[in-house]
Amino acid sequence: MELPVEHLDENRVTGLLPSRDPVRLIDENGTLTDDDARGGYQLPPAEMLGDAYRRMVMGRRFDTEATALTRQGRLAVYPSSRGQEACQVGGVLALQQQDWLFPTYRDTMSLVTRGVDAVEALGLLRGDWHCGYDPMRERIAPQCTPLATHAPHAAGLAYAARRRGDDTVALAFIGDGGTSEGDFHEALNFAAVFGAPVVFVIQNNRYAISVPLSRQTAAPSLAYKGIGYGIRSEQVDGNDVAAVLAVLTDAIDHARSGHGPMLVEAHTYRIEAHTNADDAGRYRDASETAVWIPRDPISRLERYLSGAGALSEEDIRRVQESAEAYAEDLRARMNVDPVVRPEEMFEHVLTEPTPQLRRQRETVSGLSADGG
Amino acid sequence: MLAAISQNGAVMTLAVSMVQALNAALRDALRADDSVVVFGEDVGALGGVFRVTDGLTDEFGEDRCFDTPLAESGIVGFAAGMAMQGFRPVVEMQFDAFAYPAFEQIASHVAKMRNRTRGTVTMPMVIRIPYGGGIGGVEHHSDSSESHYAHIPGLKVATPATVDDAYSLLREAIDDPDPVVFMEPKGLYWAKAETELPARTAPFGHAATRRAGDDVTLVAYGPAVKVALEAAEAASEEGVEAEVIDLRTLAPYDDVTVAKSVSNTGRCVVISEATGFAGIAGELAARVQQECFYSLAAPVLRVTGFDIPYPPPMHEHHYLPSVDRVLDTINQLEWD
Repeated sequence: MELPVEHLDENRVTGLLPSRDPVRLIDENGTLTDDDARGGYQLPPAEMLGDAYRRMVMGRRFDTEATALTRQGRLAVYPSSRGQEACQVGGVLALQQQDWLFPTYRDTMSLVTRGVDAVEALGLLRGDWHCGYDPMRERIAPQCTPLATHAPHAAGLAYAARRRGDDTVALAFIGDGGTSEGDFHEALNFAAVFGAPVVFVIQNNRYAISVPLSRQTAAPSLAYKGIGYGIRSEQVDGNDVAAVLAVLTDAIDHARSGHGPMLVEAHTYRIEAHTNADDAGRYRDASETAVWIPRDPISRLERYLSGAGALSEEDIRRVQESAEAYAEDLRARMNVDPVVRPEEMFEHVLTEPTPQLRRQRETVSGLSADGG
Repeated sequence: MLAAISQNGAVMTLAVSMVQALNAALRDALRADDSVVVFGEDVGALGGVFRVTDGLTDEFGEDRCFDTPLAESGIVGFAAGMAMQGFRPVVEMQFDAFAYPAFEQIASHVAKMRNRTRGTVTMPMVIRIPYGGGIGGVEHHSDSSESHYAHIPGLKVATPATVDDAYSLLREAIDDPDPVVFMEPKGLYWAKAETELPARTAPFGHAATRRAGDDVTLVAYGPAVKVALEAAEAASEEGVEAEVIDLRTLAPYDDVTVAKSVSNTGRCVVISEATGFAGIAGELAARVQQECFYSLAAPVLRVTGFDIPYPPPMHEHHYLPSVDRVLDTINQLEWD
């Protein structure tokens, strides 16, 4: 007797699976990889790589400055993305203007890469408001601090945009820890069922605060989580911005052209502790981090571009100078105390404040006028 | 229009159930605004387990009313994403206790989005939740979860007790620029009233006086309004005239109507099906005491569900606020 199920289509199944090894185009020495490692992906044009290089240098400088601002008490907390520049920059450069980005708290570098003013980008972490930029203008959702809860939003927004006839794609960053959350799975399932043009990018940086990847999953790779939902998946060397760009450009094209969502796992490493308030020495050995230093995404691309004659000493110096100027400007502006009005706490809760909220606002107003 | 139109054009009233009124409200909202979409579990071909979405997919197509995977957090999260693109999603949670997986989406995103983005990203969506007991439901089918939602700033919480309000409050909820948790009392789903739809009643934030009386104020909402009215009639036979206030929306809450009534009667009983401890009824009692202290002849008392998990169906009549319990409580209001 035949069961009323569809026969397994081997091609469909293998078409969903990621490449056996993470796609890599430029290795740690800055050398182009062979065809096997490339997984059929082409090296992005030199100008694009030059742009990525510049943005990664700027991004790292931003990250370093933000960490310094934390020490000066200018930020409440800062989760560094040092070492993840290829994901932060590659993810953003693969997007087009009409696309939407759904970042987490660790993705502040991606915000400034997309053009958000650095002070506005740090609004959440400075604490003068929850979201310092205008998401509708930037096409960037508020940074999500609960894990993976923004993933269903990305699926819903992408589906809605398609229904409106726009060719918008949504890209959602998720961490390795986030893949254990129910919302990650619900988002993948909804996106697949409704054919939503969304790309889920897992930045697998090996740690969820202190908990290592081995405690998050027993899957061969996080990219394999796509197949159960019928989602085409890929894995990429997340410290090779050329590969990240190539894979994500392809994934975004896949989504934009109506083939539904994609899942991409980018293998990377969180060089710093979870935040400035964390002590990584309690759960991992410095020797482990040391292994990842030579895999650095910036030095790798610098070596490749220099070797290819696409980046001179002068170019490098100029990029560093503009990164310093950027950091200096950020520092100067962050050293000005933000003006906060306590009344604002009541102003955005509802479109029209209730009578009770109005009274509470007056109470706070009166207290602050009294210097209380 | 559910009302029949006679040959000479006059509108005739028909007996309409709350389910039919809710269905009409969804239908009229879908017709009035292309950005309205209805989705959830079994809302398509089946028309919802309570038939509130009956016929909507047939009339408006799969794009406007559709089934989703069985995942409440996904449903609300997906709706939040659609709202960011200008849609007005109306999602159905199948039962009160099955809405809990969506709680994080509701509390952390739907309710907070407007605030955290300084009003630039809004969430004009409605989360419909059939709630409450009295229908012989097995475990997890009879929770009164309204206090959980009313406790969250950024949400509006509406709950109709009449057929007209079911229609009008749902239409208003769908038109509202802010997210609304729309609590539908299952126990009143099949209650009928002679009415003409579309009906328009008072807007959110306005309680309704369902019965006038000078001796005691009974404050209720949703399924408890029926109990309050029945208790008021019984009390009247004993010479006590109760004023019955139907809150209609728990958030925003109408302090004014309640305080005005209690200031006149000097006595107040709050009736709610939900577990009493740390619930809406306690909040109402506190507010009444604060605003009407010098008018009160007796402490404000509550008749609520007991502080136990909702009981099995063979026990629920002991758990639910009953006419007898309300009358007993009225008797405790220092009448001598």
